[in-house]
Amino acid sequence: MEYIKAFVVGGIICLIGQILIDKTKLTPARILVMYVCIGCVLGGIGLYPKLVDFAGAGATVPLTGFGNVLAKGVKEEIDTAGFLGVFTGGLKAAAGGLSAAVLFGFLASVFAEPKEK
Amino acid sequence: METNKQAQKQYAKMVEDVSPKSPIGKNCVLAFLSGGLICAIGEGFLQLYGKIGFAEEESLLLVSVTLIGISALLTALGIYGKLGKYCGAGTEVPITGFANSVVSPAIEFKKEGMVLGMAAKMFLLAGPVIVYGTLTSMVVGVVYYFVGR
Repeated sequence: MEYIKAFVVGGIICLIGQILIDKTKLTPARILVMYVCIGCVLGGIGLYPKLVDFAGAGATVPLTGFGNVLAKGVKEEIDTAGFLGVFTGGLKAAAGGLSAAVLFGFLASVFAEPKEK
Repeated sequence: METNKQAQKQYAKMVEDVSPKSPIGKNCVLAFLSGGLICAIGEGFLQLYGKIGFAEEESLLLVSVTLIGISALLTALGIYGKLGKYCGAGTEVPITGFANSVVSPAIEFKKEGMVLGMAAKMFLLAGPVIVYGTLTSMVVGVVYYFVGR
């Protein structure tokens, strides 16, 4: 059942992105930026965590989930560190994913050759 | 003036007739299926890490790291880009798409050097997401500090 929920919710989030790509003049880059910001705001007001409870990876894997992680991080950090948490919370929570992207990006660039066009 | 408007209308119709119909129905089905599948795979890893004994927070991070690693491998092999042509948002919106947008320019620009090429261009596409995500999180934080608690 968890798998079906993750599949359907994740699929719908991607489907909305596809509709935006096809039906508006927004570039994919802008849509992804929107997704992170929307996820962050929905996380901030406490709605996105409910979606995570319902759909698990279906809500955390899409980029809106990344926004939600930023919001969750900043709120938790403010709870423990006070106002300075505004500066540290978001990126602290995102650090694991970002470091992984940097590491794997570096490794891939070492081992893979760019395609000749 | 009147004929001019008519001509414009006619021209707009001609453009519409000639331009390729984007198969939006097919695009949407593919985006739904591929995006859903990636999330279901993520759910599989989430359950697996939970069973091994990781706490939920740790499992969520490990799922991200795992998916980023898989995506980096598929990008390096040139497979992710090919999938992206068919799946559109289905492969762009999940975190695997974010990883692809980091790994792909890192490989592409290494010929311009490992510092000003690979490293400088690594966040060419993912940078905006981090910039606006961080700014939004700071706004959320300020609001939370003053009115949310």
